[in-house]
Amino acid sequence: MTEHIYLDFNASTPLRPSVMKAMTEAMQHFGNPSSIHKFGRAARSLLDSARDVLAALFKVEPVQIIFTSGGTEANNMVIKAAKDSIILMSAMEHESVDRSAQQAVKIPVLDTGIIDLEALKKLLSHYAGDKVLVSVMLANNETGVIQPVREIATVARQHGAKVHCDAVTAFTKIPFTYSELGVDYLSVSAHKIGGPKGCGALVVPLTEQLPALLHGGGQEKGHRAGTENILGIVGFAKAVEDSSNDNWEQVESYRNLLEDLILSEHQGVPIYGRQSQRLPNTCYMGMPGIATQTQLLAFDLEGFAVSSGSACSSGKVAPSHVLKAMGYDDGSATEAIRVSLGWTTTKEQMENFARAWLTLYKRYNGNE
Amino acid sequence: MINASNSNSENKVYYLDYQATTPCDPRVVEKMIPHFLENFGNPHSRNHAYGWKAEDAIEVARAQIAHLIGAGPKEIVFTSGATESNNLALKGVAQFYKETKNHIITTVTEHKCVLDTCRHLEEQGFEVTYLPVQKSGLIDLNELRQAITDKTVLVSILAVHNEIGVIQPLKEIGAICRERGVFFHTDAAQAAGKIPLNVEDMNIDLMSITGHKLYGPKGIGALYVRRRPRVRVLAQINGGGQERGMRSGTLPTPLCVGFGEACAIAEREMEKDNKHLKELHDRFMKTIFSSLTDIYLNGDAHMRYPGNINISFAFVEGEGLMMGLKDLAISSGSACTSASLEPSYVLRALGVGEDLAHTSLRIGFGRFTTIEEVDYAANRIISEVTRLREMSPLWEMAQEGIDITQIKWAEH
Repeated sequence: MTEHIYLDFNASTPLRPSVMKAMTEAMQHFGNPSSIHKFGRAARSLLDSARDVLAALFKVEPVQIIFTSGGTEANNMVIKAAKDSIILMSAMEHESVDRSAQQAVKIPVLDTGIIDLEALKKLLSHYAGDKVLVSVMLANNETGVIQPVREIATVARQHGAKVHCDAVTAFTKIPFTYSELGVDYLSVSAHKIGGPKGCGALVVPLTEQLPALLHGGGQEKGHRAGTENILGIVGFAKAVEDSSNDNWEQVESYRNLLEDLILSEHQGVPIYGRQSQRLPNTCYMGMPGIATQTQLLAFDLEGFAVSSGSACSSGKVAPSHVLKAMGYDDGSATEAIRVSLGWTTTKEQMENFARAWLTLYKRYNGNE
Repeated sequence: MINASNSNSENKVYYLDYQATTPCDPRVVEKMIPHFLENFGNPHSRNHAYGWKAEDAIEVARAQIAHLIGAGPKEIVFTSGATESNNLALKGVAQFYKETKNHIITTVTEHKCVLDTCRHLEEQGFEVTYLPVQKSGLIDLNELRQAITDKTVLVSILAVHNEIGVIQPLKEIGAICRERGVFFHTDAAQAAGKIPLNVEDMNIDLMSITGHKLYGPKGIGALYVRRRPRVRVLAQINGGGQERGMRSGTLPTPLCVGFGEACAIAEREMEKDNKHLKELHDRFMKTIFSSLTDIYLNGDAHMRYPGNINISFAFVEGEGLMMGLKDLAISSGSACTSASLEPSYVLRALGVGEDLAHTSLRIGFGRFTTIEEVDYAANRIISEVTRLREMSPLWEMAQEGIDITQIKWAEH
């Protein structure tokens, strides 16, 4: 495995060494934070400190941070609590948003990978007078295209709608605070930023009690029952702190290098959302005439871990719903792979991957 | 081995609260570490070796968990813990079968998360019967039989009680449920790895388990869902369709691995653990009951898990007793509610009077508890109860033969 080069940071990320260290230290405090004795209080204090770290980053009060088992749960909490609302979501939301809603009205997406703001405005006018929740992601997990969430939120709120933002993929790669986005609910996850799996958070308004998804012992101020995953939460906070040292400009330059190396030889290679503002680490591109599955197998053999898109469910490589939403046909949607870089990615790795990509493309085209 | 006593500190505190949570077994930690560091792939990534390797590790863990309870690996659904498992079992079954059945039976002494979930289901229009318990804390099987109707879809009963340690007659309950065609769910958070459980022998259809009560990590649990005959649950967390659609979300590989290993160790060492606990239990009980009068063991004396001792001390003031025992990490109720001074709803359901419910202590022993810790705790409790009673006028009156329940106190 060590010879493999990991280029699937949007699926999950390696744990930061500092996070491992923080979690190892926290292991001695095994108490249940709800216990009133010394062991419980020690665990409670770890929990409180971690909450403070996230609150400081988002510039909110600590009580606005609800720890969950991950981004999926955080998204489910918001969408399921809105069951008596009209839910407007973009056609490229993550499955944990999309499938949480029994019914949803889809906001179209432009071919740039950006939500169609004009269409949203029309939908909001159409549903004027109804209770509405708008759910949009901050950056798409496949294309990396950054959405104009602040504008969307402003428009939505003018219409009296509530706004949820799934910021799982964008989190720590671009700076933002809760009030800068202007949304009501914000979902994030630890394992996409070098923290542990099994931990996420939802930011909620100060004055609102969101109905719980998990009922029980009243933890997280009644928002989310269950004994807190202290280690995960400690690791999450450490990952947040540590991520401030990441050099995303450098990551972006490596990502751009990869794209330049490929485009300089084959101008026609589609790189989706490239004309839009994207996350610095994501490249979603097609290899004309070669199926995604074929590419993935070939790259795995060559020692590169890349992906077809979101890493969920059955493992079937289905045509990307994101590309379809952007108006691409099924053909394009089945030839795309996602390369997602991280803080450990090097220039050399990108050069090697570009070479492997070009070789593969040539091999298949040569056979034609 | 386990630094469960904060020995670095000047004010040493002894950990005797194994029902609230257990320290992670060092052998579990050792198994987990490589999966934190090297095995970081998303277990649901199907396109590369990072994903496959993580998935393989999770499948090993799934099999370990299944084996502990006599189930098949495909019957194990990972969750974030017992609270989520209980939520999924109750809501999942109720909502899936709601077109034909709408009645759930549980007990008044269930864990808060089952009761809270049931209240939520009642708001949604489901009917819930809360069976009373006997003075022993055990349910009356006849009452269960009588409560089942043709609308009953699920019976949910705690296996080992978190507060009083009593073990419900699972096999008998399972037989009744099977005979009447009703699903049987048990919250086995305190039971799994502690007492022998077999989903086939006991006719259990759904079972909640959690990592951190059996020397595994926090943040991971499982729900056993029977496949034959098949039990269906409606997912409560939707998304990528992981866990065969029953629970979406990226699985935390290291936590799954730790949970699995904890189950494997518990299965292997259950006899040894229980022998150890029985010894500690008997020693503690003998010391306490031979030194103090007017104390009462809450819950059945025989059908119980030896690692849980819940005693009420008459003629002492509850808060004072807890304050006087700050060097013992013990609980006066379940951890979720122990910050409140309300007397335990569980003890009240047993018919324990308010005064005695107020002065109960739960002392929890576990795998890493030593005889020295037990002796220390027993002696500290004895001396503290004695000291408080010496200051108590009620105790003085009782010693003089006055029945204080008969006193008519003058109003001021």
